[in-house]
Amino acid sequence: MPIGAELGIGGIDGHKPRSQWQLFRSRFLKHRLAVFSLILLILLIFACFAANLVAPFPANQQDLVIGAVGPNAHHWFGTDELGRDMLSEILYAGRTSLRIGLTVAFLSTLLGTLVGAVSGYFGKWADQGLMRLTDLFLVIPQLVVLAIAIQGFGSTQVVIALSLAALFWMGEARVVRGQVLALREREFVEAARSIGASPMRVVFRHIIPNCLGPILVGATLAVAGAILTESALSYLGFGVQLPATSWGNLLSSARGYVGTPQAYLIYFPGMMILITVLAVNFLGDGLRDALDPHGSNG
Amino acid sequence: MIQFLGRRLLYSIVVLLLASIVAFVGTRIAFDPTARLAQVRDKQVRERERERLGLDKPIAVQYAKWVGDFAQGDMGTSEVTRQPVATMLGSGLGYTMQLMLWAVILSIIAAIAIGVYSAVRQYSAGDYIFTTISFIGISIPPFWFAFIAIQFFVFQLMAWLNLSRPIFYFVGLHSTGASGFNIDYLQHLFLPVLVLTVQNIAGWSRYQRASMLDTLNSDYIRTARAKGVPRRQVITRHALRNALIPVVTVMALDIGLLFGGLVITEQIFSIPGMGRIFVQAITNGDAAVLTSWTVVAAFFVLLFNLIADLAYGWLDPRVRVA
Repeated sequence: MPIGAELGIGGIDGHKPRSQWQLFRSRFLKHRLAVFSLILLILLIFACFAANLVAPFPANQQDLVIGAVGPNAHHWFGTDELGRDMLSEILYAGRTSLRIGLTVAFLSTLLGTLVGAVSGYFGKWADQGLMRLTDLFLVIPQLVVLAIAIQGFGSTQVVIALSLAALFWMGEARVVRGQVLALREREFVEAARSIGASPMRVVFRHIIPNCLGPILVGATLAVAGAILTESALSYLGFGVQLPATSWGNLLSSARGYVGTPQAYLIYFPGMMILITVLAVNFLGDGLRDALDPHGSNG
Repeated sequence: MIQFLGRRLLYSIVVLLLASIVAFVGTRIAFDPTARLAQVRDKQVRERERERLGLDKPIAVQYAKWVGDFAQGDMGTSEVTRQPVATMLGSGLGYTMQLMLWAVILSIIAAIAIGVYSAVRQYSAGDYIFTTISFIGISIPPFWFAFIAIQFFVFQLMAWLNLSRPIFYFVGLHSTGASGFNIDYLQHLFLPVLVLTVQNIAGWSRYQRASMLDTLNSDYIRTARAKGVPRRQVITRHALRNALIPVVTVMALDIGLLFGGLVITEQIFSIPGMGRIFVQAITNGDAAVLTSWTVVAAFFVLLFNLIADLAYGWLDPRVRVA
């Protein structure tokens, strides 16, 4: 039942008013590239996490007799110097990259939303303290913090994911704070407060659901950023360590093949990062348009 | 405006001090400069070294001494290279700034031109092409792009044109023994600058486009057009100046980050700038270099934050009054 129907409030010209979800869906579906990206990402996530069913070869299966051969009908992405099928290796490595990307996005969004909401809603000292902390995190070069943390605590995937999450929340916190500052003064929040809702309830039930748009867009940016930064860390030798593989360290271990006939070993892992990050960015763009309350009613 | 800048300046100093505390304590926790002596049989050797470096004192005392020296320009001596840290960072900054100078100039010109074109011809074929390229530029792993660029501009070009020496080089900024501004320098500069430029243009041209679209749709532009101001003049005089305000801020902030952010590019192209110093310091556990490096990098971020504020005031007179 649409909102307001029980009170007999109909839409203009007697049309049923559409719910927020319906509006969002119709606007999102209009963004062709975003829909295509979403489908692509779902397929990619499925292919990677079900790699033991989908991949043409088992993980890490060597074939020293053939060695490194270029892309062919049998090995679509070719094989590396130990005769491992690159397509299979890339699918298995994608698990790590995607897991890190999604974990970092989840954690940093959670942290950023929390910091932004507390800072914006409570203001005063909480705001001052938290925003100075945010500035501090923005000023210290990210790679320094990452490299020191990883050097100090070891480069396990947990440490990498946690330290990346600790560096990706600031943008989200600032955006959410701005939204909360604006929403805090609105009538519906005042109404909630006047009937005695606790600050916790006001923030989590009334304010945060209204900033879901920017929060989601920020989360997609964090996924993209985390995957890119993990690959950069791998290049510097601080990323996911072998025998575990990620797209970043597949790419990094193929760096010696620039300018050789085996250059295809560089093309494919990088291509996967590019496609994934591109799809995530397009998805974020589509979400931004679809969740914008000032957008058309499409 | 002066009062506003004074407040910002004071605030920047506080943040810089905080950053230096974090950097100092962080590197002290992560790296022990005496670790290499752990295997020495005579335990006193390590004790004496700790004493010599002042590591036996409380961390607050160590920090106070370090900050005092730093303020006077003495960043200490690297325990690995035995060189003064200030000299190392100075030489590194020289290389980094050469790269940045060219990359930033080219990126600013290209990004503004592309952004204005895309906004004026919104939804044209050119706009779609630039938009797609920007999205790819934002999403591409920078070091992968560098590999591809080396593969193509160095090796493929040699193969296709049947050359014995490459047209562009990818190691250092000069051939051995050469120096100065000449063809050799440009042949070395091309690839690293290309990699840096593509990343910057991608992000900045999107900002320029969005901001220009906002401005072009405002009432005063319509008024200017209605009273007969030529289209070209409306775009350059009325719209561009206002559209630049947010873009210049973003650019200044990004440039500040570049001082510490050339790590990957310098590593790939073997340029001994700040980024390479950082990677070597991390791998060798060179705590003295790391601490000062972090503070210098943070200093530039804050400096360009201030420049962004100044630019804002210069472009937007309303800020000066407030």
